[in-house]
Amino acid sequence: MIQQKVISKRFGKVDPLSIDSYIKFDGYNALEKALTMHPTQIIDEIEKSKIRGRGGAGFPAHIKARALANAKQPKYIVCNADEGEPGNFKDRIIMENDPFSILEGMVILAYATGAKKGYIYIRGEYQNAIKIMKMTIQNAIDKGYLGENILNKGFDFNLEIRTGAGSYVVGEEFSMIESIEGKPGRSRVKPPYPTDKGIHDKPTLINNVETFANFPHIILMGGDNYAKIGTPSSTGTKLISLSGNVKNKGLYEVPFGTSIRDVIFKLGDGVSYNRSIKMVQLGGASGPIIPEYMLDMAIDFERFENFDSKTGTGAIIVIDERFDIFDILLINMNFFVHQSCGKCAPCREGHTQIVNLLNKIKNHRGTEQDLMSLENLANVIQQTSLCGLGQTSMTSIISSLRYFRDDYFAKVRY
Amino acid sequence: MVNLKINNIDIQAKENTTILEAARQNHIDIPTLCNYPDLSIKSECRVCVVEINGQKKLHTSCSTVVKDGMVVKTNSPKVLNSRKTIIELILANHDANCTACPKNYNCELQSLANKLGIDKNRFPTVLDIQPIDNENPVLIRNINRCIKCGRCIDMCKNVQSMGVLDVMGRSKDMKITPAYGKFLTDEFCTYCGQCSSVCPVGAIIENDDTDRVWEALNNPSLHVIVQVAPAVRVSLGEELGMEPGSIVTEKVVAALKYLGFDGVFDTDFTADLTIIEEGNELIERITNGGTLPMMTSCCPGWINFAEQKYPEILDNISSCKSPQQMFGALAKSYYPKKMKLKPDDIFVVSIMPCTAKKYEAQRDEMKIDNVHSDVDVVLTTRELGKMIRQMGINFENIEEVPFDKPFGITTGAAAIFGATGGVMEAALRTVYEVVNKEELTDINFTAVRGTEGIKEAEVEIGGQKIKVAVAHTLENAKTLSEQVKNGTSPYTFIEIMTCPGGCIGGGGQPYGTTKAVRDKRIEAIYQVDENMPIRKSHKNPDIIALYDEYLLKPLGKKSHHLLHTHYSSRKK
Amino acid sequence: MKIKEILSKYPKESEYLIEILLEIQSSSKNHYISSEDVEQISKYLDIPESQICSVTSFYTLLSMNPKGRYVIQVCHDVPCFVNDTTSIYEKLVDMLAIEDGETTEDNLFTLEITECLGCCNEAPAMRVNDQVYTSLTPKKVEKIVKDLRGEEK
Repeated sequence: MIQQKVISKRFGKVDPLSIDSYIKFDGYNALEKALTMHPTQIIDEIEKSKIRGRGGAGFPAHIKARALANAKQPKYIVCNADEGEPGNFKDRIIMENDPFSILEGMVILAYATGAKKGYIYIRGEYQNAIKIMKMTIQNAIDKGYLGENILNKGFDFNLEIRTGAGSYVVGEEFSMIESIEGKPGRSRVKPPYPTDKGIHDKPTLINNVETFANFPHIILMGGDNYAKIGTPSSTGTKLISLSGNVKNKGLYEVPFGTSIRDVIFKLGDGVSYNRSIKMVQLGGASGPIIPEYMLDMAIDFERFENFDSKTGTGAIIVIDERFDIFDILLINMNFFVHQSCGKCAPCREGHTQIVNLLNKIKNHRGTEQDLMSLENLANVIQQTSLCGLGQTSMTSIISSLRYFRDDYFAKVRY
Repeated sequence: MVNLKINNIDIQAKENTTILEAARQNHIDIPTLCNYPDLSIKSECRVCVVEINGQKKLHTSCSTVVKDGMVVKTNSPKVLNSRKTIIELILANHDANCTACPKNYNCELQSLANKLGIDKNRFPTVLDIQPIDNENPVLIRNINRCIKCGRCIDMCKNVQSMGVLDVMGRSKDMKITPAYGKFLTDEFCTYCGQCSSVCPVGAIIENDDTDRVWEALNNPSLHVIVQVAPAVRVSLGEELGMEPGSIVTEKVVAALKYLGFDGVFDTDFTADLTIIEEGNELIERITNGGTLPMMTSCCPGWINFAEQKYPEILDNISSCKSPQQMFGALAKSYYPKKMKLKPDDIFVVSIMPCTAKKYEAQRDEMKIDNVHSDVDVVLTTRELGKMIRQMGINFENIEEVPFDKPFGITTGAAAIFGATGGVMEAALRTVYEVVNKEELTDINFTAVRGTEGIKEAEVEIGGQKIKVAVAHTLENAKTLSEQVKNGTSPYTFIEIMTCPGGCIGGGGQPYGTTKAVRDKRIEAIYQVDENMPIRKSHKNPDIIALYDEYLLKPLGKKSHHLLHTHYSSRKK
Repeated sequence: MKIKEILSKYPKESEYLIEILLEIQSSSKNHYISSEDVEQISKYLDIPESQICSVTSFYTLLSMNPKGRYVIQVCHDVPCFVNDTTSIYEKLVDMLAIEDGETTEDNLFTLEITECLGCCNEAPAMRVNDQVYTSLTPKKVEKIVKDLRGEEK
């Protein structure tokens, strides 16, 4: 089987609203085990597992955890469930199918780092997930798995749900911190990093939903065993949100190293009506657009880093031969025009001009000079923007200029 | 110390220095736009980006701290191209009709574009023209020129605790406006003008009244007189190209004469008068159980603030008009009588470091005949600078001339009104001697000087020790006002100034005012005080004469009519 | 629920502003925050109205203008676009006679093009108030709108 179900092993098999059902299916075994360990041992296991963050950027999880463990009180843990990147739905499905695993992962990390307070920040569009997570928290408190004196081990961890109110950029760490403080989600200057100065300037660790859901498994199987899954540089499994023009759209869990082609054709059963693939966008609106001939590429952080983007979220959007790349690029760019927070000049002003240039080229009115302006502006936005939004929004443009240059030349006037 | 290389030059910098600071200390220029001394580092415009070896992305030098072994390039082709592109982007969403902008030649965006060699824009304009907020007498907001640097918000929200302006919307639709995009009104804005003094472009400027003054000056049937505020004599030179802190008292007089004013007077005179009235009011309140602590009333921004936010404490505020308005009242009563002129023929202009004075002058309470404003037009230091430039006056070399009579003699006590703590010190010099009936051995009350936010002192008056406090900026005014409102204020007398540093840091002062510049102006103003032959208001012979021949006595009937006023709540 | 009751549930700390705004809005029939609400919140949290407007105008799920009883948000991102969301949007425009950002004259419907709803596995998708509808076809949309209209009668 190409799928390897670790995080998704309970999906569809447990009642997401029942803590008893969760416990029956190995739930909270990891927490029980973790509480017998020394907090630093837990972080050691995370380090051995070599797990990298599942929110897209792929930052090694143990580095943040250790930084928070070494930080002074008060300190906070945040679960980033503001899944706004188009093409991604994995975090929603985890929340809706196995919500206790997220809580268990958070409590384990709280114990390991000494944090006493945490937040789960869920985008406002996910009303169902918000309801489920609220109930989950209450159930966990009632059964002693959360709140004061967890499992009678004299350790406290309180969780609060924060609801997003419609902003993509809040998925970025500092924007989320600002939003948790009740402000518009506009990022801050880095450094200092959140683990030094986060919520109310106190140390804060932010991980993605999927990252937290991995921790119980790391504790149960041990870091070394976990590291055997996947590839040496990208360990473990990855949830893949497969969408677009495939027959079987859906969420699949595969070990790192699986090829994109296998996901599309073996799991997704190929393109509907057996049309050919024009392009595939990886990661979401901020990810690269690659041509069909690159589909043998393995799903792997090292490969993704070539694209300078949040490809690591694991979204694969398949787009068939009927579509024009400029329509796809324009949807992406209009998305960023709408989602830029407006704080820094290149991002605020740049995306509008990118849209202007794309429209011009799409409508055969663009010149070679416009093509150069587009390339130049895309690079400036990527290199000078304040936060991850502007630093990654140009990935689809830059990759399209690399892999679909002929599409541009076909439209540009000479 | 940290060792690094900038543009191939070996540089040593202190720990925690930013690349920008380290570069400037070594005379390497990195252009900036949103950056402003004393305000928070915003890192928003991204103009100051530099290339750091081993890093793929460019980093803003204003926010990046130096590290040992760092190799920085401030002007590589990549950096220069990025800067240029960013400025072109900003210009494409900016009303760049420079010659139709009051900030022409005084605009940071314009100079930057010029410096970077931008003579055409690769990007078409995307400006969506918005209405101009010009319905108040003080400030004009033209958001078509706004580049969203956020300096004004920093001033309004953090320094002044007002939060009138904030960021509305996001992305390309982001605007800096009051709530709901409303226009400024006296219901919620104090008109302190600090926003206008830090705006890098022409998005917030004072309402230009120079044309009204030219018109009056050219009207032969008008007798046009002018008063000059204490703080202007240490800042107008700077506006006209001289060093910050240059003392130009009599150059100002000469320039005003050259412009054609019929009488050039010193607001210092009515500052002395304020001390006599206010000092007596304080003594009266202390001895007769009046409302205490008494709070000063010469700052119109503070009066607006109190009327909007603290109507509960209006009784604590001295009923004395400000020196500007005392002058206005005398100019339309005592002066015409003495000069045998008709009050209606007199046109009174003020030169103020302040924007809120424009509002104060047109208040209904400031019309002794209930019809005409006592002060007809208020110009800021910057506006007077404009008139002097229009007239082609060589200000630096102009021959100095003294102020005109009958308000000719002034004191050092009045001059220091321009700095935070100055009104307090001037009042103490007088109250101490009047009540204690003994001469002060040291007239310098240094405890109330300096730029600390809230200063305290203790003085013995009439055998009892009283505590006084001095605050500048509305954030600090808020702290003291809360105490007064809650009945927990330990003070007897409180001086409040709206602007950082007092009037020398007023919203109408030359652009580029920073803490360092304010310090120089303050130093200069105490120098003016030191140089004066008389340094106590009650020793001013012209003031004594004014009481003898016209006002009769402090807090008397005439004083009450001309020199005192009242306040009313504007709280929603 | 009255605004005072909602406010009293929250500590007087500005970090709860967004939660407060969301709750006030969801208690409003027309899905918006009125200027009276803003005034009350300003007093309760002791923050300027401009700060509240700044937050309200930043987040797309918050509105300072009244909307229809049903806010229909159609996703228009790539996964939905390549699954023909355009026909869904056009069907709605056709049935409601309004476009993106507009409200029907009877104040029943507001139509909005929105960002990814995270339902790409069942694209195309739309949301009506808090209810998500997926795997849409123009026919399905027709039924949904008819049902909503029927509910009102």
